[in-house]
Amino acid sequence: MPFPVPDENPRAVTDRAPSVGGGFDIARAWTDERVRGVIFQIAMIVGVVAVAVFIVLNTIANYEEAGLSFGYGFLFDTANFDINQRLIEYASTSTYGKAFAVGGINTILVAVMGVATATVIGFVTGVLRLSNNFLVSRIVGIWVEFTRNVPVLLQIIFWWLFMLALPKVRQSLSIGDTVFLNNRGVRLPSPIYEDGSAIVLATILAGIVATVAVRIWAKRRQDATGRIFPVGWAGLGLIAGLPLAVYFALGQPLAFDVPVQKRFNLQGGVSITPELVALWLALSTYTGAFISEIVRSGILAVSRGQTEAAGALGLRRGQTMRLIVLPQALRVIVPPMTSQYLNLTKNSSLAVAIGYQDIVSVGDTILNQSGQAIEVISLYMAFYLSLSLLTSAFMNWYNKRIALVER
Amino acid sequence: MTDRAFHRSRAQMLPERPAPIISVGVIGWIRTNLFSTWLSVALTLVSVGLLALILPPLIDWTFLEATYVGASGKDCIGAGACWAWFDQRIDQFVYGFYPEDAYWRANLAVILLVPAVGYLLFANLPYARYGRWFSLAYPVIAAILLVGGLGLDMVRTDQFGGFVLNLVAGITGIVLSLPIGILLALGRRSRMPIVRMFSVAFIEFIRGVPLITLLFVAIILLPIFLPREVSLDQLVRVMVIITLFASAYMAEVIRGGLQAIPQGQYEAGQAMALGYWQSMRLIVLPQALKISIPGIVNTFIGLFKDTTLVIIIGLFDILGQARLLQTNQDWLGKVDYETFLLAALFFFVICFGMSRYSINLEKRLDTTRR
Repeated sequence: MPFPVPDENPRAVTDRAPSVGGGFDIARAWTDERVRGVIFQIAMIVGVVAVAVFIVLNTIANYEEAGLSFGYGFLFDTANFDINQRLIEYASTSTYGKAFAVGGINTILVAVMGVATATVIGFVTGVLRLSNNFLVSRIVGIWVEFTRNVPVLLQIIFWWLFMLALPKVRQSLSIGDTVFLNNRGVRLPSPIYEDGSAIVLATILAGIVATVAVRIWAKRRQDATGRIFPVGWAGLGLIAGLPLAVYFALGQPLAFDVPVQKRFNLQGGVSITPELVALWLALSTYTGAFISEIVRSGILAVSRGQTEAAGALGLRRGQTMRLIVLPQALRVIVPPMTSQYLNLTKNSSLAVAIGYQDIVSVGDTILNQSGQAIEVISLYMAFYLSLSLLTSAFMNWYNKRIALVER
Repeated sequence: MTDRAFHRSRAQMLPERPAPIISVGVIGWIRTNLFSTWLSVALTLVSVGLLALILPPLIDWTFLEATYVGASGKDCIGAGACWAWFDQRIDQFVYGFYPEDAYWRANLAVILLVPAVGYLLFANLPYARYGRWFSLAYPVIAAILLVGGLGLDMVRTDQFGGFVLNLVAGITGIVLSLPIGILLALGRRSRMPIVRMFSVAFIEFIRGVPLITLLFVAIILLPIFLPREVSLDQLVRVMVIITLFASAYMAEVIRGGLQAIPQGQYEAGQAMALGYWQSMRLIVLPQALKISIPGIVNTFIGLFKDTTLVIIIGLFDILGQARLLQTNQDWLGKVDYETFLLAALFFFVICFGMSRYSINLEKRLDTTRR
């Protein structure tokens, strides 16, 4: 029996270039995966370009009809609206561009606050849920499941309604007469900087830098000699103790302006809007519940043998957690945590539902005033895309640092 | 005296003594689970304190001191919750502005979903042969039931609302995002550079921006992008966006699954002279999808919760109905928490159910650890 000639087997053609020399055979070329690939990709490019041209032509026509001209020049026009939640100088006479900046900073503000508290909430509840204590693990479990499975938008509006239902200013709830809660938000003491306060703040910074240096030195010494240096205590002394000493030595230059309950209003201090509080609470509990699950599964992923080995080496329980379990768990925890941080940042755009003036809600006002829809929405997207890229770049760097180094 | 007297051991076993009362039974359980260490004691006391602080007022508010009957918020004068709206408004919560005499169509569409999904998931149901065809035809049947046609009165899509809107948007997204996600994941791992580039750009772009900005694109930009004569239905646009949004996340979940399949499986497919699609369908995808189940279900849950975002662009899903009632003159300020509690329960039941089912499915499909 003769063996089948290779040409009769379509798979055999795959690794050969399509016949170029003698007579181009379409049917045969079609059996070649690469030829099909090239044709398919060309078709894809043509399709995408056609759609793009179609959209651009329509857009030009529609913009012309509306009497608009495409471009970002409108960013230099006067905004004519107020933003009450702002961290940088802004007035209704400022430009649209400035308004965007205020909104962007507000988004970053709530995202940073949310990420910080969500991480703390997540770690604490994640560890508590693994507790041997029946009651604690159940209560935390019910909380996590409920928070995770209810839409975040509902939770944001819920906390907002809750903040607005607080007593009026005249009946403000107070915590030790320093922090006041009412339906206009939260009033906190604000620092007053007197002469010499800069020195205190500088000492805190110096303390942080010194702690990092001590840590590096202690690690080197431990690697070389095996002797352990109490970095934690040293750090506490440097970051908290030293500035406190300087603070008293300079005659307490940093005071606090504590809000005082007056007849009709609260005086002094700094106030946080109910919208910011609501958004912050909702985002940090919602994301915290997700992080809690990540932390729990990360700790469970560390095999029991590791804990037992640590016990055999004579490490105490706290040491086992800190030196053996957590470093290994972090490898599992960090990658999904990154996407939770990104989710929190993106979910902060739901602020528009309660009127917290983040970039989306400021942009919405600008869009309605100027009609420059494409420009505004493209700015949103550029903003969020660059935030995403920055966050994931940072987390990738951190992940590389803690990842298992293999040969 | 014989040697026997000096025997140190007994000739017979003594009867077993019961375990100490403090280490078995209720007392033992309490000791090991609530008071094992000082920290545990402290945690128990804090938890009991917390429960005592929260639970009684919560139960009082929700049930005992609640008002159940009344025509408007003015009748709710008690300290507890106001449930008087429930009777007149529950229909709107579930069906939105869907015509009342067509409720049965929405009900039927939801009921038929059960066999449609059942035949897709379980192979050993009776009439499985026809069941598969039913599953395939279900989207069409459901669309006709919900929107109308074939002798049924037409229902305008802006009459959709309430929980039915969440279900319709969510289920459409779930059904369509899986195949699109699979294609995108395969595209991202394709050897064709242009296909790979498009897939990566699409996935990363969608995942990099919030859903709400994409909804703005659908509502504000789409009319600018299209000729003036063309107008797409608002609900359709929203569903397309939600589907595309979920597909990008789905693609990443499935890519994770694809990457976990050893290279040998792909090569085995080639060695058996299977084409690309055959080897994907028969060898790679079944394994990849199986290990991605938790991620896929999580994406479904996220998608379902995200359907609430439609209120921002002016559709009234269950959250929108709650907001409508909260801002209604008759009920103003009386039903804020009550309506949200009900809406939250709707979502909790479905999302929690899905996540429990995925854990169950994971265990059942786990062929490795036996």
